[in-house]
Amino acid sequence: MNAELTKVRIFVPCDAAAVSVGAEEVAQILAALPGSTVVRNGSRGMLWAEPLVEVETPRGRVGYANVTPEDATSVLAEGWGALDQLAIGVVDEHPWLVDQERVTCARVGVVDPASITDYDEHGGWAGLRRALSMPPSEVVAEVTASGVRGRGGAGFPAGIKWRTVMEQDAALKFVCCNFDEGDSGTFADRMVVEGDPFTLIEGMIIAAYAVGASEGYIYVRSEYPHAIRALRRAIDAAYTNGYLGQSVLGHQFTFDLHVRVGAGAYICGEESSMLDSLEGKRGEVRAKPPIPAISGLFGQPTVVNNVLTLCTIPMILAEGGAAYAAHGVGRSLGTQVFQLAGNVAKGGLVELPFGVPLRDLIEGYAEGTRTGRPVRAVQIGGPLGAYLPTSSFDVAMDYESLAEADAMLGHGGIVVFDDTVEMAQMARFAMEFCAAESCGKCTPCRIGSVRGVETIDRIIAGDNVRANLTLLDDLCDTMTKGSLCAMGGLTPMPVQSALRHWPEDFDRTQQEATP
Amino acid sequence: MTTSAQTSRETLVRAIAEGQRHQRGALLPILHEVMEECGYVDSADIPVIADVLNLSVAEVHGVVSFYHDFATTPPADHTVSLCRAEACQSVGGQSLFIEAQTRASSGAWGESVAVQEVFCLGNCALGPAGTIDGKLYGRLDSERLDVLVAERRTS
Repeated sequence: MNAELTKVRIFVPCDAAAVSVGAEEVAQILAALPGSTVVRNGSRGMLWAEPLVEVETPRGRVGYANVTPEDATSVLAEGWGALDQLAIGVVDEHPWLVDQERVTCARVGVVDPASITDYDEHGGWAGLRRALSMPPSEVVAEVTASGVRGRGGAGFPAGIKWRTVMEQDAALKFVCCNFDEGDSGTFADRMVVEGDPFTLIEGMIIAAYAVGASEGYIYVRSEYPHAIRALRRAIDAAYTNGYLGQSVLGHQFTFDLHVRVGAGAYICGEESSMLDSLEGKRGEVRAKPPIPAISGLFGQPTVVNNVLTLCTIPMILAEGGAAYAAHGVGRSLGTQVFQLAGNVAKGGLVELPFGVPLRDLIEGYAEGTRTGRPVRAVQIGGPLGAYLPTSSFDVAMDYESLAEADAMLGHGGIVVFDDTVEMAQMARFAMEFCAAESCGKCTPCRIGSVRGVETIDRIIAGDNVRANLTLLDDLCDTMTKGSLCAMGGLTPMPVQSALRHWPEDFDRTQQEATP
Repeated sequence: MTTSAQTSRETLVRAIAEGQRHQRGALLPILHEVMEECGYVDSADIPVIADVLNLSVAEVHGVVSFYHDFATTPPADHTVSLCRAEACQSVGGQSLFIEAQTRASSGAWGESVAVQEVFCLGNCALGPAGTIDGKLYGRLDSERLDVLVAERRTS
């Protein structure tokens, strides 16, 4: 038997979060362990346990949590018994993972992201093979039947978008992946790409085949260098193995895929800004119509989908739209990749069907705050999402229920704050962030955000509070109704939710008057 | 900068632009490569790039000034970027940022260490997050930052 195959495999994540707390050093040390080989997998999503080292055993992959370089050195000297204190058992059976329904993230943390063979052996390319055996219109119909909605935040049905692009008569069409994951509290796109990059590539090839596109672009933010490396390596391997380029898998279908790196502009996560940025321009928002499906990149029909949307496509094609639609509730079908972030005892990535109560995520998975203090506020859906108090924890996590609670799901990020948070400061920050990141094209966003910071500063200082609160409401109303895109249009959401749920943080004069 | 250094920089920037111009929307890839090779985009680079791409100087300047990544002055010897977004704020990111600014401006970290704000590094479950010369760190506090900056300066 090949000596490589008899070696015990040790998994040390190459995920950026794991690396940020020492996984690289741990991997280098463990590489010297005789009789074993180190595989750099993605993260399982249990970020609270990183660096999480797994060792292959007959029982399954056994995990050791929060392994430091010193721990790794002691393994060299004394064997794995030295880490008994850190052992968490078979990782697949861990309570944090066992009840999750991993669909989009099924392979993340399991496979070697650098190995196209590993991808193949774990069910990769099955969706593409089936898609290529069907007429493009049936591929679109399958995606429509799945009910999958855009995971970037807007929640638009992907099948309808694809059909629009498919029906355009154009010699050149594009598929663009929006990987400009700039929302604080979100990291699912990054983790999926770093841990399972071939799934994104497969999803984009299927999209291109379905709509008749010949070129694809992945627009990735420059803050994600690990993901950029993983993608470039995977794209090279896909070309070498005939999945990209001319006559994909021998079919009459050509698809070229490029990685483009952003340059530190949050607004480029807005799809029309992203298209302008891809064209080499300032990332300014475009007026709609026309929609990108009709006139997108360089004026050509363009599919623009989020990473998670595209990474769900291979499973939908492999197992059928109905299998995906069997998950979820109402019009929110399938699973959502939630990200538990901020002041949480156990942060990470949790994939569950839509409709799970917020409480299950905060109390069940996150286990409250890292500081051990009571939770005061939770922000859902990034910097443009609402702050919710603990009394809202029974809300179901789906598009419709959150909208009813004057909140939004966005990209599924959940940021937890303990009772030391000052909500007027968070409201001020929402306006400050908008002022820093506005593209400047429309007045309500460009000027409204600056006026918002000034007005909240006056309120915090106790200057004419009532009048300034009225002014702030009026300003929020103008931004909501008058902005060109979601940046200016939704910045009032965190501001007004903070005002609604924590009025005492804003009205100091009233607070002082109350005994 | 001497005249010959100016000439060699112009030659380099022109070669970068020529090398990338075949791509669709080549300006951002060109600017990234100039950043990579030269550390910043000099005002003298802009007309060179504009010439190669047949764009106006104003168009190229507009793009350079729009994006946070495209610095127009030479970088410090070491750069500490700390996340000021919500998730890192919830675990003390804001006070860490202010403290780091104080450290850098007071010279406690020595000469030429710049502190920058950044909004989200995608490490939101292990905050406060930051980078030192591009390397990502999580669960930062001011003591660990001191150690890491000192390590960087001696490496």
